[in-house]
Amino acid sequence: MDLSSINPLLFIAGFFVAATPLIFAAIGELVAERAGVLNLGVEGMMIMGAICGFATAVETGSPLLGFVAAAVGGAVLSLLFAFLTQIMLANQVASGLSLTLFGLGFSALLGQNYIGIKPPRLGDVDFGPLGDIPVIGPILLSHDIIVYLGIALVFGVWAVLKFTRAGLVLRAVGENHDAAHALGYKVVRIRTLAIMFGGACAGVGGAYISLIRVPQWTEGMTAGVGWIALALVVFASWRPLRVLLGAYLFGGLVQLQLNLQGVGVAIPVEYLAMSPYVITIVVLVVLSRDANRAPGSLGRIFHASQ
Amino acid sequence: MTDTPLLSLSGLTKAYPGVVANDHVSLSIAPGEVHALLGENGAGKSTLVKMIYGLVKPDSGTMHMNGALFAPTEPRAARSAGVGMVFQHFSLFDAMTVAENIALGMENAPKMRALSAQITAVSETYGLPLSPDRVVGDLSAGERQRVEIIRCLLQDPKLLIMDEPTSVLTPQEVEILFTTLRKLSAEGTAILYISHKLEEIRSLCDSATILRLGKVVGECTPRETTARDMAEMMVGKILQTPTRAAHTAGDVVLQLKALNAPAPSAFGIALKDINVDLRAGEVLGIGGVAGNGQDELLAVLSGERPVAGGMILHRGADIGALGPNQRRARAILTAPEERMGHAAVPDMSLTENAMLTGAARQGLDRRGFLDWPAATRFAQSVIDAFDVRTPGPRAAARSLSGGNLQKFVIGREVLQRPEILVVNQPTWGVDASAAAAIRQALLDLAQNGAALIVISQDLDELMEISDRFAALNEGRLSDPRPAQGITVEEIGLMMGGAHGMEVAHA
Repeated sequence: MDLSSINPLLFIAGFFVAATPLIFAAIGELVAERAGVLNLGVEGMMIMGAICGFATAVETGSPLLGFVAAAVGGAVLSLLFAFLTQIMLANQVASGLSLTLFGLGFSALLGQNYIGIKPPRLGDVDFGPLGDIPVIGPILLSHDIIVYLGIALVFGVWAVLKFTRAGLVLRAVGENHDAAHALGYKVVRIRTLAIMFGGACAGVGGAYISLIRVPQWTEGMTAGVGWIALALVVFASWRPLRVLLGAYLFGGLVQLQLNLQGVGVAIPVEYLAMSPYVITIVVLVVLSRDANRAPGSLGRIFHASQ
Repeated sequence: MTDTPLLSLSGLTKAYPGVVANDHVSLSIAPGEVHALLGENGAGKSTLVKMIYGLVKPDSGTMHMNGALFAPTEPRAARSAGVGMVFQHFSLFDAMTVAENIALGMENAPKMRALSAQITAVSETYGLPLSPDRVVGDLSAGERQRVEIIRCLLQDPKLLIMDEPTSVLTPQEVEILFTTLRKLSAEGTAILYISHKLEEIRSLCDSATILRLGKVVGECTPRETTARDMAEMMVGKILQTPTRAAHTAGDVVLQLKALNAPAPSAFGIALKDINVDLRAGEVLGIGGVAGNGQDELLAVLSGERPVAGGMILHRGADIGALGPNQRRARAILTAPEERMGHAAVPDMSLTENAMLTGAARQGLDRRGFLDWPAATRFAQSVIDAFDVRTPGPRAAARSLSGGNLQKFVIGREVLQRPEILVVNQPTWGVDASAAAAIRQALLDLAQNGAALIVISQDLDELMEISDRFAALNEGRLSDPRPAQGITVEEIGLMMGGAHGMEVAHA
């Protein structure tokens, strides 16, 4: 075992790459949950985004078009969830679980011809001479555009929820849908838009795994990141900036686990592979004790009969 | 007042599957007039005001505002036409601040800082103290109502609709509200006031329209009509006042000694140092504004929440740690406030619901096997004795109207021969004649030697049936006093006076 072979700069820079899929999926789910919708289909929407993005990038040769297609793919799948829960008034938990199973199966079907192909690579953003600054350059300024978009998205969601009327109305719908309806807000429409936003974000998160992080297509390659994203929303007590914190914590643990495996730590690899999840569960339990701030109407079915 | 009415409705009709909620309803309101809309639950008052506020579209009939056709398709349209509405409940967001709540109910809400200044200004003008930065979940019921009223006032309404505004207020808070409403009326704002509290209407309103089963059955000038006449127009029959014979209280059967229980949740109330003795044959009435520990008190008495030793004694035996079934076996029965999901399981039939609380005392199970024919007979006896309108004991609890289900859940306990019966809001949502029947049944129980605790927010009801009266205020129970001769002012002070009004008096 030789810990000195781990390059600290690359190690920390890896946090950002590991955290980005989580950031996208979690911030999308956070918006949906603040609107009162519990969508357990994050994993399914991510894997759909992963294959839609992968296939489009391979066919067009443009990774950026791939990300656009991933967002569309995730949003279209989420529309199925919106139809079931907002129009047919189906149970949200059951609909979300079936969305995950459907997404996993359907993406495997779509991806049959893409196994073993290398996707086009998305280049890093060129910060010019800034990128040569010691320490900061390699850690912060050596990433692709999606990493920065994810961070900007978190701050954007934070600002919209806190400072704008649209954010206020969205929170109102999630807090008490009967009251929001009585005041004349379109609960179903607002929730459908929030669900689609969540789907699009999950799709981009999935495509980040298949186009950049891995990068190739295999069935079920999101491997539970969607579930971690769901837990992260609770961990963050439904606050956007805490999502960022939680995603880096988890990303760091994954990164640490990979590096320790790489240098041959004498622990069975299975223990290392599950360590981020175990630690995430522990942190979740500890932190959610005071987090009694779930949106008031979360997961409840809205029927405008009252 | 001028000759053109501010708002006139003619021939408004709205039908839902199986029921005509409004049948050719016509009325008119002049500027500055305080107009009462009277009727039992289910008479169609809510549907009518929802049509005026644009939440429900009428099937036929027209509305005119200042002579021009008025057909709001959504609440925004009604708000911009000058209609404001203070809802009975479910229109506030607990986790948000006062200012955010108010902004949500406004068209073109100004920036938060400007809005806060406006809120402070309006609250001072109308004597409704309220801080814009507080979170609504922490406010008392009276303060929450002020949020809704100020939300309406900021839009400068010409017509203010108030749906049962006083049901959550202490008498002192009612006075403050009425002062505000009279001031508004003097400034030319018309008020449509929905209530079934007749004395309030007599003191506040200029005219009244009475609805029964969706139809207008009468109009009157409340100041010149007795409350009894109005009540009989509402229900369409002669009312029976419950009667009771004089009796003497028996032995002490239940003692609460320094009863303390922590709050069950962040929005719950802790019970603090409650001391009371309950005697056989007496009715202890417990009043108080909703959310001051009523549900928590019922939970510790029913056994849903066990308490430490020595706090609850039944004939000298400590029962604080016993669960609901063990207490039922000792003939201590309870009927909670929330019918759907607490007192009854909505998707189960009346027979199954009868089985759930009646199994032990009615001998409905034998070594774990259930005797369904006996349960059906028991359910049927409740239905017969309490005139529950339902196709039969196989009907799901959910299919009953609120008042009918209430009759069932109260009757189910009354027929189990309790020694101690605790009920919370026994006649909530029940029409006047059925409410009188329930009260009579409770009084008959006491007459036969049972001890009763009746928790209610309806002070008239408590005065009618209680031997002694006490009030819950923030989890504390006042010392019980004989109900005979107690004044409204005294009751108000026991209930905690006007919540949050200390600033105004300073």
